[in-house]
Amino acid sequence: MKLVDHNMTKHIFTHLDALESESIHIMREVAAECKNPALLFSGGKDSIVMLRIAEKAFRPAKFPFPLVHIDTEHNFPEVIATRDKLAADLGERLIVRSLEDSIARGTIVIKDLDKPRNPYQSVTLLETITEFGFDACMGGARRDEEKARAKERIFSFRDEFGQWDPKNQRPELWDIYNTRVHAGENIRVFPISNWTEMDIWEYIAREKLHIPCIYYAHKREVIRRGNALIPVSCLVQPKAGEIVETVSVRFRTVGDMTCTAPVESTAHTVEEIIAETATTRITERGATRMDDQTSDASMELRKKEGYF
Amino acid sequence: MSNATQLLRFITAGSVDDGKSTLIGRLLHDSKSIFEDQFSAISRTSEKRGMAAVDLSLLTDGLQAEREQGITIDVAYRYFATPKRKFIIGDTPGHEQYTRNMVTAASTANLAVILIDARKGVLTQTRRHSYLASLIGVPHIVLAVNKMDMVEYSKQRFEEIVGEYKRFAAQLNLHDVHCIPLSALDGDNVVEKSDAMDWYIGPTLLELLETVEIEHDVNTRDFRFPVQWVCRPQAQEYHDFRGFAGRIEAGDVSVGDEVTILPSGRSSKIKEIVTYDGHLQRAYAPQSVTLTLEDEIDISRGDMFVKAGGTTRCAQPAGSAIACDLASVAGSLGRMVNSSTGNVSEAHSLPAVAKEFEAMLCWLSETPLDKNRKYFVKHTTRTAKCLFSRIDYRVDVNTLERHPVAALNMNDIARVALKTQQPLVIDHYLDDHSTGSFIVIDEATNNTVAAGMIA
Repeated sequence: MKLVDHNMTKHIFTHLDALESESIHIMREVAAECKNPALLFSGGKDSIVMLRIAEKAFRPAKFPFPLVHIDTEHNFPEVIATRDKLAADLGERLIVRSLEDSIARGTIVIKDLDKPRNPYQSVTLLETITEFGFDACMGGARRDEEKARAKERIFSFRDEFGQWDPKNQRPELWDIYNTRVHAGENIRVFPISNWTEMDIWEYIAREKLHIPCIYYAHKREVIRRGNALIPVSCLVQPKAGEIVETVSVRFRTVGDMTCTAPVESTAHTVEEIIAETATTRITERGATRMDDQTSDASMELRKKEGYF
Repeated sequence: MSNATQLLRFITAGSVDDGKSTLIGRLLHDSKSIFEDQFSAISRTSEKRGMAAVDLSLLTDGLQAEREQGITIDVAYRYFATPKRKFIIGDTPGHEQYTRNMVTAASTANLAVILIDARKGVLTQTRRHSYLASLIGVPHIVLAVNKMDMVEYSKQRFEEIVGEYKRFAAQLNLHDVHCIPLSALDGDNVVEKSDAMDWYIGPTLLELLETVEIEHDVNTRDFRFPVQWVCRPQAQEYHDFRGFAGRIEAGDVSVGDEVTILPSGRSSKIKEIVTYDGHLQRAYAPQSVTLTLEDEIDISRGDMFVKAGGTTRCAQPAGSAIACDLASVAGSLGRMVNSSTGNVSEAHSLPAVAKEFEAMLCWLSETPLDKNRKYFVKHTTRTAKCLFSRIDYRVDVNTLERHPVAALNMNDIARVALKTQQPLVIDHYLDDHSTGSFIVIDEATNNTVAAGMIA
């Protein structure tokens, strides 16, 4: 379309403006068309960006959905503190369901309680969806994170078992989203699908968002295992022969404490993180998520089982 | 990177044989967008498969099912950035179901890179890709004449291909076509200028992607604001607040503007433009905002705000004289000719409110179109029941010939007539993509079965 120029003053619409407007549009479609949606909120940086977008989409009203966190009980305490503070500051409803509940119910059977728990999150998520009857769950996943995500729709349809069928996705054209589901089925919606790690950091800087302190450089006791720095915690103690070092690190992602590795860093401000992100030669998950490296297809397999 | 960078979405059309995956790999590699762990992963895989060199095309295939079968199934999105722009590549496989995948990826693209093998020239698939790009109205086209190293970097060969392509493209609705001779394998004219083709003085592919003007790709003249969500805060301080949240799909709006709400036709004035970051005096497409009005009018999701006054451009009873498909209506964009006087008018125009209209349809489902069944049509923020009253013809995407048909199968492109249960507020797709496009949903399965462009 080529159109008449009105001699209007040139309005600069940056890539962040474009991404933000797209994400607001997606959230409003969910709020308007889904009967009982929820926003998955972990206290991590991507979900903190999602909260700001929700504010932009719905204020001055309250969010037309609750915030939901599926807690593995393996989270960093700083992240949980931020989660609770942000939900309280916004005056929005936060629902927390724990893997421990599923373990107590016997729906999750874990041999080693200290092993990574991400694979089990799907069970508690599906139980929570059933408990509240959610027909749509919005999540902060991005397509640049991983190969399987790169092919997932913004509105990703799940069957009654919460499963994703990558070969049978609904075509998604323009920005007209098909939100129709049968009873018992639901959709996962990813409003920030098109954002990259860099976009997230630039947005955090622009919006001056409060994020957990462990995203900034800090001194931490770690153990070197392979290429990764594993944080020492109540769940991870050095094995015989391993050396504990104190290193200046920051986290690029925050997840299960047993498998989320920080990177060496001296970035104490968002601007310094942006500078580091611009020159890093390793992908976000490649540097920090040991659970995704077990096989080339681990994320795809988890998503097929109902992971978001 | 500064915050003032723009976002450009583009697709690449062509088969593996044309060097498409290599071209994407080269763009990512030469713009330093491949990370070490990604590179070592594909190096390992290349080695496992017994390949001598690292296969860059492995970067663009994703799912386990595909890796097992060695094919790409669906549209995948890739992201990279240069200091000038951020890019989203919609990467589509060049196999069967090509039409469906390409139409999907093209629907959000600013630009399409159409690949040609310099040895083979303009082929049937080049015509198919170009037709689909013009059908979806992709604003900018780059004809990438690849494998120039295989034709001795011949200027004459390049010009032959360009000449042939331009003769063909003249039949289509393609306005902005750029032709670049390149070699993806060696990187000539992809990111770096080619020493072997000093006769070519134009931009490299990346330079073009960084500079092609996209501000005018949206309709800046005709204000269109479909209401997405009505904002009614349940708080005392906002007792009387009634805001209409949505995205400005086209044009602009200012406080004090007279607006008409369609389909009801009632009018009011814009009182405030509310955003989280404060009230605005004026807002533009594609901003997401919340509008309030001076008067209390019953408005709900699916209604559309337009500027009051203006003329109706889109006279659209089914069976009207527009008996051509989108691709052949080239030229009249942006300026509209007032049909009664023949004068060029730059006044803003109004959409039509219609329950019957015609469209070009791309059928996406394995289950054929059934004229006896009802479907849902989702158009802007309104969903209505619909049925197909006519299939005028199917377009052969290879020859552009029209054939009468009784049914539509997956990947068919056809001109059809629809009837909807409720009125829709529509524009011609050529004038406004957002108010001229729709999807068709199967009532029984809830699947998205077709994409439509009002014509």
